[in-house]
Amino acid sequence: MTDAEVLTTKIPRLSQDEIESPPLTLGQLTWRRFRRHKMAMFGGVVLILLFLYSAVGSIVLPESYANFTDTNLRLQAPTSAHPFGTDAVGRDILARTIYGGQISLLIGLTAVIIETVAGVLIGAAAGYYGGWLDAVLMRITEAMLNIPEIFLLIVMAKEFGGKIPSVTFFGREFSGSVIVIVMIIGLTSWMYLARIVRAEFLSLKENDFILAARSTGTSNSGIIFKHILPNSMAPIIVSATLGVANAILAEAYISFLGLGVQPPTATWGNMLDGANSYLESAPWLWFFPGMLILLTVLSINFLGDGLRDALDPHSRAV
Amino acid sequence: MNNNSAPLLQVENLRTHFHIPEGTVFAVNGISFNINEGETLAVVGESGCGKSVTMLSILGLIPIPPGEIVTGKAIFRDKDLIKLSESEFEHLRGDEVAMVFQDPMTSLNPVLTIGKQITETLRTHLGLTQDAAEQRAVELLERVGIPEAASRLGNYPHQFSGGMRQRVMIAIALSCNPSLLIADEPTTALDVTIQAQIVELVLHLREQLHMTIIWITHDLGVVAGLADRVIVMYAGFIVEEAHVDDLYENPRHPYTLALLGALPRVDRRRDHRLNSIPGAPPNLLVEPQGCPFAPRCTYVIDRCWAENPTLVPIAPEHKMACWVDTSTIMTGSR
Repeated sequence: MTDAEVLTTKIPRLSQDEIESPPLTLGQLTWRRFRRHKMAMFGGVVLILLFLYSAVGSIVLPESYANFTDTNLRLQAPTSAHPFGTDAVGRDILARTIYGGQISLLIGLTAVIIETVAGVLIGAAAGYYGGWLDAVLMRITEAMLNIPEIFLLIVMAKEFGGKIPSVTFFGREFSGSVIVIVMIIGLTSWMYLARIVRAEFLSLKENDFILAARSTGTSNSGIIFKHILPNSMAPIIVSATLGVANAILAEAYISFLGLGVQPPTATWGNMLDGANSYLESAPWLWFFPGMLILLTVLSINFLGDGLRDALDPHSRAV
Repeated sequence: MNNNSAPLLQVENLRTHFHIPEGTVFAVNGISFNINEGETLAVVGESGCGKSVTMLSILGLIPIPPGEIVTGKAIFRDKDLIKLSESEFEHLRGDEVAMVFQDPMTSLNPVLTIGKQITETLRTHLGLTQDAAEQRAVELLERVGIPEAASRLGNYPHQFSGGMRQRVMIAIALSCNPSLLIADEPTTALDVTIQAQIVELVLHLREQLHMTIIWITHDLGVVAGLADRVIVMYAGFIVEEAHVDDLYENPRHPYTLALLGALPRVDRRRDHRLNSIPGAPPNLLVEPQGCPFAPRCTYVIDRCWAENPTLVPIAPEHKMACWVDTSTIMTGSR
């Protein structure tokens, strides 16, 4: 061995890829931290399974089957023909949880979109412009917060319920009550997000880079949406994730009270409606939809927790 | 320098106040100055003397309220900037007038890539497509001396060092070929070797692009190698204005003398303490009465306490605001 060979063999060689690998992006860092959060990973996997459950299930079992009533078969305990049993009018509970899941998850996601858009717009305007606009918007927000949410939901559900015609989306017919529920859940839950966004904007707008952006002629809307909003994405994502769980719960209790989505369209919530009469005689009526709601909400909350830790720039773990 | 045509920017009697709960801050108190096309003007003075507020007022970047521009004009190419609407300012800023800020560590948005931050300006003002803007961004980054510019467009600010970030800030400022570049202490937050590089870069770019520059600093050492003319500010007033050589060879205002006297020098003995100006800058919450420098001035006379001297010419291209003619009293207090 020559001297040169001795030298080169002792130095650990990095491959060309390792030397030139670019630093991790924000997304990669977040994913690394998220992966370590076991409960959040569990929540994420369960959620994916639940989505698959309601998506794949609808290929196997047609919707007409889920809404098919046969009073001869009412209140049957789980059997191989009806694994989750049948309800008070003889519909198959398995099929109904599949279609109900679609509606419940859809309501959760779309209500959160409305909530997020409203919360971000109101919070951003209040925080960025300040002054009288801030005062007016925050007083409205506080007024909304002062009314118990369940009361707002019930009043709005009574007021708007049944006034909206059914629509067809993705080849499925949605009763107008679904749209009403989505709207009222979205419009009664934006207040906390608006406050979070306002607080973020209040502090972020004082940054030097905002002054620098203004000095290059960036308009107010450019500063709000291109410069400040990306900086406050973390709390918004976390809040929106947890919002999905709240929206699913809100739908469940309005539907349970019979004011939500109207049968025959199934949701996990309205499947519970009426189950209270058979609490002990037919526990499968409430057990399966109830468990699905529980599992979904729990998973989303774990996921939100994990996202909160993963997206927190002050988090030390890499 | 071309003194025959109208100046590029003409500021007249600019007064900016801030109304805060404790009272009114008299930040800028009626200052007037000109800058000609192709000239480099240095604005010096210690922290809080109104240098930055003056420039922010001209660019409409003062938050109103609490700020208020009480009086003043800033004529830039036949337009009075003080009277512009917000949307007119948006067209002006970054296009005709650009600004570089003090701290490059905080002046770039941490969540946007460098490429995005450069192309944004190009797209708003020049209406370029994304591809054309990216191409121009690469040219700009190369021009300010960033190696492998094309591959760095996708990088985030935290992947750049302080000096590199200031280069990026300069690239953003230069993106639309502004006629006037306002540099607000662009080297203060950088270490000495990087400072020298940035000054050199700006000198080089000034030559290439024939830019007019207003350079705000409190470092008289930087000024010497860079500026054509110097304005010395104190407590929101201009106290002396002179050609750069004139100012160093023949400083007249007691404050300028004190500032120059406070400069560390290579040829001074090492056990010699650095000179400082006794006292502290005045409280800007009090409406100025008399000369603002009087409490700290070595040459103070009775008249200084009662009347504030105005800026008057004392020699060609040399103006000063002082009741005392320091040149007759002292020789070489430095």
